[in-house]
Amino acid sequence: MEANVTLHVDGEERSAVVETRTTLLDLLRDKLGVSSPKKGCDHGQCGACTVLLNGRRATTCLAFAVAHEGASITTADGLADVGDLHPVQQAFLDQDGFQCGYCTPGQICSAVGMLDEAAAGQPSHVTPNGGVSDPTGIKLTDAEIRERMSGNLCRCGAYVNIVAAIRQAAGAQAAGAQAAGTAADDTQAAGTPTAGTDYSGDRS
Amino acid sequence: MIPFDYRRAIDVDSAVAAATANPRAAYLGGGTNVVDHMKLGITGPGMLVDITGLPLDEIKELPDGRLRIGATVRNSDLAADPLIRRRYPVLSQALLAGASGQLRNLATTGGNLLQRTRCVYFQNVTTPCNKREPGSGCSALEGYTRYHAILGASADCVAVHPSDMAVAMAALDAVVVVTGVHGERSIPLRDFHRLPGREPERDTVLDHGELIIAVELPALPARARSSYRKVRDRASYAFALVSVAAVLELEIPENRGTVGAHPAQPPGPALIKDIRLALGGVAHKPWRASRAEEFLRGKEAVEENFRRAAEEELDSAATLRDNAFKVPMSRNTIVAVLRDLTAAQAGKEQQR
Ligand SMILES: Cc1cc2nc3c(=O)[nH]c(=O)nc-3n(C[C@H](O)[C@H](O)[C@H](O)COP(=O)(O)OP(=O)(O)OC[C@H]3O[C@@H](n4cnc5c(N)ncnc54)[C@H](O)[C@@H]3O)c2cc1C
Ligand code: SF4
Ligand code: FES
Ligand code: FES
Repeated sequence: MEANVTLHVDGEERSAVVETRTTLLDLLRDKLGVSSPKKGCDHGQCGACTVLLNGRRATTCLAFAVAHEGASITTADGLADVGDLHPVQQAFLDQDGFQCGYCTPGQICSAVGMLDEAAAGQPSHVTPNGGVSDPTGIKLTDAEIRERMSGNLCRCGAYVNIVAAIRQAAGAQAAGAQAAGTAADDTQAAGTPTAGTDYSGDRS
Repeated sequence: MIPFDYRRAIDVDSAVAAATANPRAAYLGGGTNVVDHMKLGITGPGMLVDITGLPLDEIKELPDGRLRIGATVRNSDLAADPLIRRRYPVLSQALLAGASGQLRNLATTGGNLLQRTRCVYFQNVTTPCNKREPGSGCSALEGYTRYHAILGASADCVAVHPSDMAVAMAALDAVVVVTGVHGERSIPLRDFHRLPGREPERDTVLDHGELIIAVELPALPARARSSYRKVRDRASYAFALVSVAAVLELEIPENRGTVGAHPAQPPGPALIKDIRLALGGVAHKPWRASRAEEFLRGKEAVEENFRRAAEEELDSAATLRDNAFKVPMSRNTIVAVLRDLTAAQAGKEQQR
């Protein structure tokens, strides 16, 4: 059983005829040649296939492509042009936030989505009092970053530098011009991101 | 994976009609459980009816103070909802303790309730499992049972229900609203999931084709406080070994000291006016700890009582080779949650 599916991938409209049982991940990688999202576990467990789906981070290996007709997808690849990296991408480079790089596109999409969630005031499992009583917003401490990124596994174990990279990016996104990028000591809060950015559209 | 027909539901009635007419049909929510199971060969629906486009994605306050959560509200949106966070922190906490950010953005309320056990033998089609293949036997009975049930299990199945959200909803006396070809019915969450008995293949009391449209939460008394605690093998992104959801309402005795003078005596311990307690990770369904609740109502909110109540509840526990640890773990978690809730509530009352 087949269906035609049209997606907006990294700003470009792309169509393909797929079997209904084709996942979003397989459509992207195998049919459309978009190889930025990776297939790690194919069971929703590792986060390597994470993209921004209509602006929100989502795994693509447990989603059928037909169920996402018309969706707008941003992969790590689509976040930037050469020479004009997204701040999260730049932070991964600055902090050595990867080793083999296989989990990295998923980490980066997840981090971008997560920073927007935090900026929008969404609590995490470790947010004190569910964020209800603190009007100043979510403080992205290292504990917050780790909790919010726990759906992205890294077999190389680059976690320490991944946290550093996201701390840097969160600092850069923070209100005020407090200099970011100093990979401060482990316990320091990274600051509060404010304006969320809409990555759902095209950047082309 | 077995090929299937895909149908995008346009309205509730036609979705229900289509799914009911086809014995091999299933609904598709976020897909994070059913797609996994289709890949693993655990299930092979011939038709998927995608309900995510239905107008069931709202959280609404009803005139009588109840909250109605649409079946397709995403787990992340439910957890972040300001009303949920303020009035039902236990629910927000439970949701945020489950899965990961990118999965919660997909997972729906209805799908979360209907997610199936993570029993490894259920998920592995090469091993016998009564739940997957009735009558084939239960591999867990003689197998690895660290994650299995200590309460309400049967000789046919010792699996546990994996949902965190459902445990919180059990403690909140939530009601599941479902609709089928014979009309709508409301099922209290505590009766929604089943114990395995002789029919472990049936997780819930839903009939084929019935669609969850909403979950309703009754209003809580103004002074009730609630919380969720999950104990797991990792700090994050792991299913519960044991979890506890509690809603506690205390009666704080007046401090009888006159204004300005030294408080004559410190106030005595608070009394438990009402308590609702549910356990996760221990049974085939979210386990409402009715015996513990009964023991505690009207008693002093002190640790000794919490411990005795927990022991009362766990009296009927039956352990397997690898899960005896869950008994003390459940007891200690119950005590810790109630102790923290009591301290929080007493602290708050004193500021009034
Ligand atoms: C790696 C991983 C880790 C996880 N960790 C946790 C965890 O720690 N805690 C936890 O609680 N959960 C956890 N989960 C499970 C997750 O919460 C569920 O997969 C999710 O909630 C299911 O929702 P869904 O909308 O994706 O359901 P689907 O997969 O779409 O559907 C699940 C079932 O419900 C049926 N269905 C869906 N909606 C309806 C409806 N409205 N009416 C009738 N039937 C319906 C479907 O037919 C299917 O049988 C984890 C999942 C993964 C993959
Ligand atoms: S415990 Fe239940 S789900 Fe697990 S193997 Fe036995 S019958 Fe199957
Ligand atoms: S490939 Fe999707 S989560 Fe692992
Ligand atoms: S960098 Fe190799 S898996 Fe993460």
